[in-house]
Amino acid sequence: MPTYTTTKKQTTCFHCGENCTNTALKVEDKNFCCQGCKTVYEIIHQTGMCNYYTLHASPGATQKQKIRENKFAFLTDAEIASKLISFKNSTETHITFYLPHIHCSSCLWLLENLPKINSAILSSKVNFARKEVDIIFSHTQISLENTADLLASIGYEPYISLQNLTRNGNTYNNAKLYKLGVAGFCFANIMLLSFPEYLGIDEKEILLANVFRYLNVVLSIPAFFYSGSEFYISAWKGLQHKFLNIDAPIVLAIIITYFRSLYEVFTGIGGGYFDSMSGIIFLMLAGRVLQEKTYEQLNFDRDYTSYFPIAISKMVNGKKTVVSLPNVQLNDTLRIHQDELIPADGIITRGKALIDYSFVTGESTPIQKEMGEIVYAGGRQMDGDIEVLVIKEVAQSYLTKLWNNQADKTSKPSEQHTFVHLLSKYFTWVVLAIAFMAAVYWQFYNPSLILPSVTAVLIVACPCALLLSNTFTNGNILRIFGNNKLYLRNAQTIEALANITTIVFDKTGTLTTNQHAVVEYNGTPLTQYEKQLVASLAAQSNHTLSRALCSYIGYPSELPVLAFKNHVGLGIEGFVDETLVAIGSKEFLMLQNTTIDNTTQVYVAIEGRVKGKFSVGNQYRENLPKVLSTLSTKYQLAVLSGDNNGEQPYLETIIGRNAPLLFNLKPTEKLSLVKQMQQQGKNVLMIGDGLNDAGALQQAQVGIAVAENTNTFTPASDAIIDANSLAKIEQFLLLSKWNKRIVLAAFTTSLLYNIIGIVYAVQGQLSPMIAAILMPASSITIVALTYGASGIVARYLGLKNYE
Amino acid sequence: MSVIVLLLFASISVASLFLLAFLWSVKSGQFKDEEGASIRMLFEEYTAKPSVKKLTTNRQNKN
Repeated sequence: MPTYTTTKKQTTCFHCGENCTNTALKVEDKNFCCQGCKTVYEIIHQTGMCNYYTLHASPGATQKQKIRENKFAFLTDAEIASKLISFKNSTETHITFYLPHIHCSSCLWLLENLPKINSAILSSKVNFARKEVDIIFSHTQISLENTADLLASIGYEPYISLQNLTRNGNTYNNAKLYKLGVAGFCFANIMLLSFPEYLGIDEKEILLANVFRYLNVVLSIPAFFYSGSEFYISAWKGLQHKFLNIDAPIVLAIIITYFRSLYEVFTGIGGGYFDSMSGIIFLMLAGRVLQEKTYEQLNFDRDYTSYFPIAISKMVNGKKTVVSLPNVQLNDTLRIHQDELIPADGIITRGKALIDYSFVTGESTPIQKEMGEIVYAGGRQMDGDIEVLVIKEVAQSYLTKLWNNQADKTSKPSEQHTFVHLLSKYFTWVVLAIAFMAAVYWQFYNPSLILPSVTAVLIVACPCALLLSNTFTNGNILRIFGNNKLYLRNAQTIEALANITTIVFDKTGTLTTNQHAVVEYNGTPLTQYEKQLVASLAAQSNHTLSRALCSYIGYPSELPVLAFKNHVGLGIEGFVDETLVAIGSKEFLMLQNTTIDNTTQVYVAIEGRVKGKFSVGNQYRENLPKVLSTLSTKYQLAVLSGDNNGEQPYLETIIGRNAPLLFNLKPTEKLSLVKQMQQQGKNVLMIGDGLNDAGALQQAQVGIAVAENTNTFTPASDAIIDANSLAKIEQFLLLSKWNKRIVLAAFTTSLLYNIIGIVYAVQGQLSPMIAAILMPASSITIVALTYGASGIVARYLGLKNYE
Repeated sequence: MSVIVLLLFASISVASLFLLAFLWSVKSGQFKDEEGASIRMLFEEYTAKPSVKKLTTNRQNKN
């Protein structure tokens, strides 16, 4: 842990709330951490939008990473623009931007007041859950590019990726909600209209009774044909795959109930079981909606297109033009700006590259590349601009191949193998057997009762109780996970999590943070003054290592820096308080050619004399070491890293000597190692964050992607976890084990109701009233039991203490 | 007794109105963003919002 030597109290940025290393950036009494934040504040202040800062303290995004000028120049390209624009007529254009920074009420307020900042914006509406803003602007007064610039200037940079070109956003499916609404309406009305029947309507009022009955028939039509279609489709799909899923017996029960009820009404024997039928449909739909409430802002199936930019600068005869990514061809020369992603494999033709491959390979430190060397797609250029000659097209690049590295998906949990479906199968056979025996019995004693008793058994014993306990428990447990920032892709993942025996971790970005921090200093001890010299110099640079130095030393007071010079890829130097200070690589300060593998070491020279070196590394996440030691007693742990083995001794102390610790792994090796473990009969949970884990995440029974914040890009996975929640992983695993127990407990309870029902049914005496009491009673018990039990378990595990 | 039949139809029509209101709210996108509205209502001045319905129908026309 870095120890701060600063004596002054830390000031925080008025705009973004980060610590200010530079106290000179001030407007009145407000401090800013960087020029960018100050500019944004000034724009907001000028337009009279300062309410932005009162709604929520420090609501902005840090602007330390400057947004390159003309960054959105590609929006002038008509082809790209037409893919992004949702509607355009002669006066106005409609567009939806994804703004990852949207997070609080201030964001919403400022963005919806865009028309006040610039009158060319006609309206703007935020979708908070999806972090999107729908903007309507008058394109005669403002261009699309300037609209994007306007958003960026107030601190909300739109994120536009290649995916925007191929997909027209997620289509939101409302069908289930409509069906639920219709089912609820029919259920409530039918129940009301069935009361006279239950309470015994007078024989003389047969006309009135018929009105009630026929109204029920009419109301049951939408419930049966429209709302119920959800289950018919699912059951039919199962049958097509020769698999009797849990919906099949339920559909059978619904159909039998419906036709028996119709028969009763038309022959005038009775009122039928319309209320039970529509009630079951309604409750089961409610369970489904609850269970399948997805996390809209998350995407579990990302491919490389959402990681890549939409367009890139291309050099043609020395002039820069913008080309959309699919149009990049072999032998094109691309200009990669600082902080841009390299979209295709190529050879560097100009400039020195410092490329951060941490996301692709797991290597924690940026790699230097010289002119003539090959760079692979997916790396991020960290320092200065470079030019790259494309040698492989985007679709064939190394990164794209990584993505298409198909894992063997048979190990993934499928609906067919969940215990609920297996249970429902046995249950169905038992029910059919009881119905058959009832039929045989009445064959001998009173053949007229065969039909009523058989249909009644099938009605009362449909496994909807099992389905209800399952969907409601899953739904609630998904919600508890979500509140704790573990977002599961679907309910089947809960069961897969419960069966885990082995947990495999990635190192960089998973066990450690992506932020670099100074771990230690070796050499002649620096005085307080010398430290300030170094920090003042480092503050001039935006390089990750410089920033790590700054935050390590702190920034007690600012010293003037003159003749600052940035040697791209090597280091920086300048006169600080009239003293020559230089920091950078060994090569830079000792003027010798060493093998460049030590970019994690920052050397310091004052007045030309080398003082020592700072070692920079990734910091381990808080509390994780402790969590790992507890986990290692219950699960087999393993660490598979693409990074070097520098931290092997430390890792051994926290996860134990016997656990496999492998370093320098290629993505395919990670995948095959996971496969090997599975062949040994282990159920593997893979936790990783980068593209180099993508294959392993797919291969493992459960793959959890770690995200610093949930907007960041994650590889395809079964679940996404917020990095801060990683420490709760043990509780999550325990809760997933409870899931099955709760479902079984609720189901057993509901069986009691079923048995009572069957006792009446086999005698052929199941009156609609008994069915109408049993059905809701059993459903309510189930819902209460599942909610109560999962809530109590979550509290017991300490998963209820979220903000 | 015919008054009961009359009341029946009245009650079902009222219920249908609520059903329509629900369907309309789903269609207009109220369930797409459950958090936004809770924040928006706390603002002192109300910002005019564009009709989401208009936006979605335009989108359909385009495709």
